[in-house]
Amino acid sequence: MNPRLRWRKFVSNFMLTITGLCALVAVSVLFLILGYLVYHGGVSVNWNFFTKLPAPVGETGGGMANAIVGSAKLLALATLFGVPIGFLGAIYLAEFSGSKMAFVVRYAADLLNGTPSIVIGIFAFSIAVHPFKHFSAYAGGFALGIMMIPITLRSTEGFLLAVPRTLREGAMALGASKWKTIATVVVPAAYRGILTAVLLAFARVAGETAPLLFTALGNRYWSHGFNEPTAALPEMIYRYATGPYDDWHRQAWAAGLVLLALILVINIIARAILSRGSSVPRA
Amino acid sequence: MRMTISKVNFWYGAKQTLFDISLGIATSKVTALIGPSGCGKSTLLRTLDRMHETVRNSRLEGEILLDGKNILAQDVTLLRRRVGMVFQRPNPFPKSIFENVAYGLRINGSILPMADAVEKSLRHAALWDEVKDHLHKSAYELSGGQQQRLCIARALAVEPEVLLLDEPCSALDPISTAKIEELLVQLKDLCTIVTVTHNMQQAARISDFTAFLLTGQLIEFSPTPQLFTKPSDPRTEAYITGRFG
Repeated sequence: MNPRLRWRKFVSNFMLTITGLCALVAVSVLFLILGYLVYHGGVSVNWNFFTKLPAPVGETGGGMANAIVGSAKLLALATLFGVPIGFLGAIYLAEFSGSKMAFVVRYAADLLNGTPSIVIGIFAFSIAVHPFKHFSAYAGGFALGIMMIPITLRSTEGFLLAVPRTLREGAMALGASKWKTIATVVVPAAYRGILTAVLLAFARVAGETAPLLFTALGNRYWSHGFNEPTAALPEMIYRYATGPYDDWHRQAWAAGLVLLALILVINIIARAILSRGSSVPRA
Repeated sequence: MRMTISKVNFWYGAKQTLFDISLGIATSKVTALIGPSGCGKSTLLRTLDRMHETVRNSRLEGEILLDGKNILAQDVTLLRRRVGMVFQRPNPFPKSIFENVAYGLRINGSILPMADAVEKSLRHAALWDEVKDHLHKSAYELSGGQQQRLCIARALAVEPEVLLLDEPCSALDPISTAKIEELLVQLKDLCTIVTVTHNMQQAARISDFTAFLLTGQLIEFSPTPQLFTKPSDPRTEAYITGRFG
């Protein structure tokens, strides 16, 4: 082998190894986090964790039932607020707007998507907390809902645009108005993608902490209705992990594990829905 | 005359694609529009149910009459109920076979017994025997030829007076094509048919009248046997003898 060839083979093997290692690191981070959470939190995930209120400060035991219910409430509010706006906005973008308008809306949605969640928290604080002089689940749901808008909007738009034009024409040729075409043909043809988009947006905000710190605030007891400060899993993780007690740390790990499991399950469901294939064959 | 097209000019943006087209569509006959790619035959067809309006920046001048009334002054959804359309590629909706056929009736608020109407349309489209046992399966489980006949059934369900077909066989194999050609000839009794094709043999086989278009202009319009045997314009003769296009 002449030296040039040997050098070339060396470079080739070297680069192959480096890229392979980087790919390995990328996937192993997830499994490392999962393993770490299971190791630290697994022992503390028990029946009490799901059914009991946090124990009084200084005592061990108790659970995070209020935070689990609180997260559910916040996410329900966020979905009710963010998804319809994102969904209907996407319909406008995909079906009605001119290209200039669409560009502006898309750009704004992408910027909103990139806005740090703490900034969205401050905004929600000044709109939904400060004027009412108290923290509430409404405010938390509002903050999370704002974050769901751009995610739902952009992905729904993508799925609507992927519906072949010929389907729209088929409906219109039968005398369907534009709205009827959208409601009876376009949206049904894209519903799987839209559902996936909503699930992913849901999973994305389920783990958000920063916007909740000064909107829903947190609560060591049950919150009644939606107008009181409300606990949430990510917010409990933050408080417990930075608290002084070992028992809190254990419970923070457990909460992390539960939260991650929830998000993973949502992701897997979303992917399963999508992989059942698109409901419209591509031309 | 079921439809009369007079002095139609058409633009996509600044580009004019139809020039001063005038022709009549005879009732209960098959009229074929032929010509090379880009001659404007599909554009002309799409003006007949105003599908051209779905394209931004398009502009139409002239007059198109359906039973003596200008279609441009009518409500477009009512017009499209009277003038049905079948497209180049089969485009069934992502619904069951039954729901595809029932779609036009449902959106038009029909109170007919749906099952009878669906069966009737599928029989007219010569598809009933092949699908009667699985009406509730997805339309996408049908073959391409069956899907196209389903689209014809879907269009027939609302009982249009005119049926427009835009190269309905161009995506199909020869056997499916033969079935659809046979079907079109039978459908003459039910409605007036206008079909676009770039297949001259097909035009010769199924149509009663043929219009030859070239670069947006109507070159010749005559009874089909005459156009194919004694064309009056040298350009028509050049095209049908295969010297271009």
